[in-house]
Amino acid sequence: LQTLRTLPVNVCRGSRHVHTLPPLQTLVSTSSPEFVERANAMNGLVSELKKDLAAIREGGGPKAQARMKSKGKLLPRERLAQLLDPASPFLELSPLAAHNVYRDADVPGAGIITGIGRVAGRECMIVVNDATVKGGSYYPLTASEETHPSSRNRKGEQAPVHIPSGGAALPHQAEVFPDAQHFGRIFYNMAQLSSQGIPQISVVHGISVAGGAYTSAMADENVIVRNQGRIFLAGPPLVKAATGEEVGEEELGGGDMHSSVSGVTDHLARDDAHAIAIARGIVGDLGAAAGGRIALPAAEDAEPPLYSSSELGGIVGTDVRQPFDMREVIARIVDGSKFREFKKEYGTTVVTGFASIHGHPVGVIGNNGILFSPSALKAAHFIELCSQRRIPLLFLVNVTGYMVGSKAERGGIAKDGAKMVRAVACANVPKFTVVVGGSFGAGNYGMCGRAYSPRFMWLWPNAKISVMGGSQLSQVMSSVSKDPAQHATLEKEIEEQASARYGSARLWDDGIIMPEDTRDVVGLGLALAARETAGTSQTHSSGWDGSSFGVFRM
Amino acid sequence: YNTEETGKAKPLFDKILIANRGEIACRVMKTAKKLGIKTVAVYSEVDRNALHVKMADEAYYVGPAPSADSYLRMDKIIQIAKQSGAQAIHPGYGFLSENAKFATALEEAGITFIGPPVTAITSMASKSESKDIMIAAGVPCVPGYHGSNQDPQHLLEQAKRIQFPVLIKAVLGGGGKGMRIVHKESEFLEALESAKRESLKSFSDDNVLVEKYIQKPRHIEVQVFGDTMGDVVSLWERDCSVQRRHQKIIEEAPAPGISEEIRKDLCDKAVAAAKAVGYVGAGTVEFIFDDDTKVFYFMEMNTRLQVEHPVTEMITGQDLVEWQLHVAAGNPLPLTQNEIPLIGHAFEARIYAENPRNNFMPDVGKLVHLSTPEASSIVRLEEGFKEGSSIEVFYDPLIAKLVVKGSDRTEALRVLRKALEEYQVVGLSTNIEFLRTLAGHPAFIDAEVETGFIPKHYNELFPPLPKPTPSVLAQSALYLVLRDLEKDRQLSSSTTSPWSSLAFRRFGGDVHKRIITLKASPKDVYHVHVTSSSGRYHVQVHSQSGEVLGSFENLDASLQGPKTLHTEIEGRKLQTTVVSQLDHHGSPSIASAEEKLHIFAGDSQRYALTIPSPSWLLSLGEDAKKAMKGGGMRAPMPSVVVDVKVANGDMVKKGQAIVVLESMKTETVLRAEQDGKVVVVACKKGDMVEEGTELAIIEPLETIKD
Repeated sequence: LQTLRTLPVNVCRGSRHVHTLPPLQTLVSTSSPEFVERANAMNGLVSELKKDLAAIREGGGPKAQARMKSKGKLLPRERLAQLLDPASPFLELSPLAAHNVYRDADVPGAGIITGIGRVAGRECMIVVNDATVKGGSYYPLTASEETHPSSRNRKGEQAPVHIPSGGAALPHQAEVFPDAQHFGRIFYNMAQLSSQGIPQISVVHGISVAGGAYTSAMADENVIVRNQGRIFLAGPPLVKAATGEEVGEEELGGGDMHSSVSGVTDHLARDDAHAIAIARGIVGDLGAAAGGRIALPAAEDAEPPLYSSSELGGIVGTDVRQPFDMREVIARIVDGSKFREFKKEYGTTVVTGFASIHGHPVGVIGNNGILFSPSALKAAHFIELCSQRRIPLLFLVNVTGYMVGSKAERGGIAKDGAKMVRAVACANVPKFTVVVGGSFGAGNYGMCGRAYSPRFMWLWPNAKISVMGGSQLSQVMSSVSKDPAQHATLEKEIEEQASARYGSARLWDDGIIMPEDTRDVVGLGLALAARETAGTSQTHSSGWDGSSFGVFRM
Repeated sequence: YNTEETGKAKPLFDKILIANRGEIACRVMKTAKKLGIKTVAVYSEVDRNALHVKMADEAYYVGPAPSADSYLRMDKIIQIAKQSGAQAIHPGYGFLSENAKFATALEEAGITFIGPPVTAITSMASKSESKDIMIAAGVPCVPGYHGSNQDPQHLLEQAKRIQFPVLIKAVLGGGGKGMRIVHKESEFLEALESAKRESLKSFSDDNVLVEKYIQKPRHIEVQVFGDTMGDVVSLWERDCSVQRRHQKIIEEAPAPGISEEIRKDLCDKAVAAAKAVGYVGAGTVEFIFDDDTKVFYFMEMNTRLQVEHPVTEMITGQDLVEWQLHVAAGNPLPLTQNEIPLIGHAFEARIYAENPRNNFMPDVGKLVHLSTPEASSIVRLEEGFKEGSSIEVFYDPLIAKLVVKGSDRTEALRVLRKALEEYQVVGLSTNIEFLRTLAGHPAFIDAEVETGFIPKHYNELFPPLPKPTPSVLAQSALYLVLRDLEKDRQLSSSTTSPWSSLAFRRFGGDVHKRIITLKASPKDVYHVHVTSSSGRYHVQVHSQSGEVLGSFENLDASLQGPKTLHTEIEGRKLQTTVVSQLDHHGSPSIASAEEKLHIFAGDSQRYALTIPSPSWLLSLGEDAKKAMKGGGMRAPMPSVVVDVKVANGDMVKKGQAIVVLESMKTETVLRAEQDGKVVVVACKKGDMVEEGTELAIIEPLETIKD
């Protein structure tokens, strides 16, 4: 008996075939004994595979999982599920890695889960370390499994998200460390991919030590969980052995420290779920990186700010010496008052983050005081990110300059300031400058003054631009000039030259705008800039262009 | 209206102005439209896009949101009437409807006031005058003694005059303190003594009054109508006994359990009263009715069209606004007393923005979702707001009126219950659920209505909230899964990709399972596990402790529009309305607002489920709240500043009143949390403030000392 299934010859609408193409016809009889026998044999293998996969899915097993849960942590696969878009498919890769390979240990999935899934609407390569498996340490095949997908990225252009931890499994160091496809290759790939404009993102949920430390430190943007994630090149026991220093894990490499002091991490999360939410936010703000597209906004994307722009005057005032929080200004300019801040805890005198204005994505850099070394490094790092993602920059300027004094000089303020100035100068994205307060000294350069070619530069009526503030000027004058009358006149003169009206009359800017118009004026500028991006997608030559380094963690 | 018969009908107005807002403005316009009369609306700042503005032929801005600056501005309204060429003004109810000054001013301006003559308004506005007129017309008031002679023997004499049972009440009393019910003469003196003692203790005053005690009082009122020829008719009575916070909530006509003789007596007395003041137009004579003795006493007369007039229209088949327009134009009443029908039974339920479970406190907010029963010959809707409108703090929280009729009371109640089941509002608290429970209460069905109905049946009227069934929880979870699927597709730039169409699929070792946590109350938490294969869903509902409460396999589910979920569960096709709302109420900051799902399930029961915010979001919200605190006093809700009790630099004591706010006619006094000095006053009388607006900053005393 033979069942013949004939499918109708169909010319589908939207089909790419121009001519009528009959589909293949099947001659298989599904009830023949041969068919049944073969199918049963295959089903046997499939169910065996399913059994193995089910076991592997449990990672280090129920005990290890319970231990992890009891610490308030999410399990690796829970992290994965939360990271993925709710409806995303997941193409898991090499689940059988290290299956029955090591005689001394069972290492399900080689201790990591890798695969491709959608995050914030983008296909991403995802690598999740499973700390329930051997404490998350790296076995030889872990490195291989991780280097496989990261090499594949080169063509796939997915943004990888690493959820690292662990270090090399020391007994296996010889098989982990030295060779080309060993541990080191992971970081080589991360650097190479970043230089090709493929963002590297890392989330630190646990201990990220030695080599593991580099998966986060090499990332373009990373997240750490407070009081849980730790990054150090060597843990406390090794530190004690090497230098005699006695130090706790949290102090040595905890989230608070790295986010506010060292700058090794960019986002400080409250818990695992928060860290994943931040990571999703990062992917959502990847802009044109890794072949992504910045779609032109639809009218309904432009959610107005929650707070009235008429309040800007009362927040900023006209006295440049009165400090105010630039976030209050940002909250009245950006869509929905939504601002995804970058390195909030680090270099706090500069505020950086991603937002949208009239639906157009924009990276915002604003001043919250004097620029110190960390502030300059943070700004430089942020500019690199925007540059990689082809997201325009908006500078909200209220800067008295870079910090002076012996402590700052010894700390290399000049070289760190220079990094920021260089980043501003070289960022190949449209820049917009709005001077909402003072713009003095080298701060004017770092904050994209006229000489740094902003597409548009606007001033608020209270804006002041000069080489230094009035009071410093007066002091400098008195130390170099002996004629008080003369320096009083000069001070007055310079004060006048610093005013918004003086500069605007001489076309040093594109005009003085009403504070409440800032959002709309910048929105018009961003829309103009967006028209250009379509045709200018940056292509990296594969030859010797000798220049691209990817994103430096400053 | 039969013009041929009378042969002398005067023409109606060409254009009228409606000096009101909300449902009554819309209702008046409907009749005007029917009669070809052009309408002029006035609107305040917050009513620019209101329904009554859209319905009118012309609309004029009248002033800022507070009533005193807008709907009560006689000068502006008269000016607008002149400017627009309106010949008459309909005041609706509330606002200027019983304002004699307004009626006078209109007369002077040569504009017709669609309402009674000034003299009638004035007489009825005065309590003592109206009572005298009523007594002269043979309508008694509740007997009592309110005098200053507190001699026990004298009070006893008075009680005997009034007739037992009587009520002894402390003059300064409240909350039942110093109140005694006395059934027999022999108990009077002892009760008096104890009432006085309690009163002295509670209010430092032992003066009492004595009144007739009515055990089962009912509120019954008669609709009267007079014309300029001196004719007055009654359009029968209404029962408005069931009240909350001394305000009507559900009304019916005719009053149940009233004999023809009593009806005739009530109506005759009401007509006599109206005639006594030369009444013209629509008016209502309110009585307090003793259900035990069937004796009734005059309460007051309302010289306007009442909120509940539609129930009278339903049983008489008349359009009272049309009557008003005819009378105002100088025409005789359309029908004589003998011609006025009384057919069937009608109910009106007032849909209020209020929270019955919180002492019926008014609520404000946006009508995020509004779905109403379909209007028909037996279901009538009087609406003032559409979906997306806001119920504002400045005005009455009445959203709409639902009016139904049936051939008898039982039928009308059945229609009412069904219509209430179909009435869906999301965005603010409403009394819809309460009204439905009330309309299904056995005592209400048995017409045992009285003014004390709600406190008497409180426990049955407020049953514990029903727990969501596993099916409802499964539907809610499916709604979220399907909605997120839709969201995912919008996020991605390539919707045609298999990365979109192969939703939920897993390859390799991973399996897809989504766990959705839903909270019915803080202690009532559920975890719903959803998995999917080949386009079908498998749902398992777990209690918080992990017990499986329900399991549904191979469910077919789809979203038909953003609010409608189609499922087939347990062999039953279900169409469920699910409305998602971001709930800012009670959350520490806007950053951590929780999402709430309102589910109108197939069993017509309504559920509200909260999707708990992740703990990190709450933790961020707490930080924001702490940062906001810092001695600042903030408005707890959107409101109007009615008084600022302090000035900059004042020293204040803990508990001292700082700012008085008013929201929906309810005052809130904000008091100092500690002793300190006022360093900032950030509001002034009349300001409209949003929830969270900083009103004043008080620097604590300890900091000042430092």
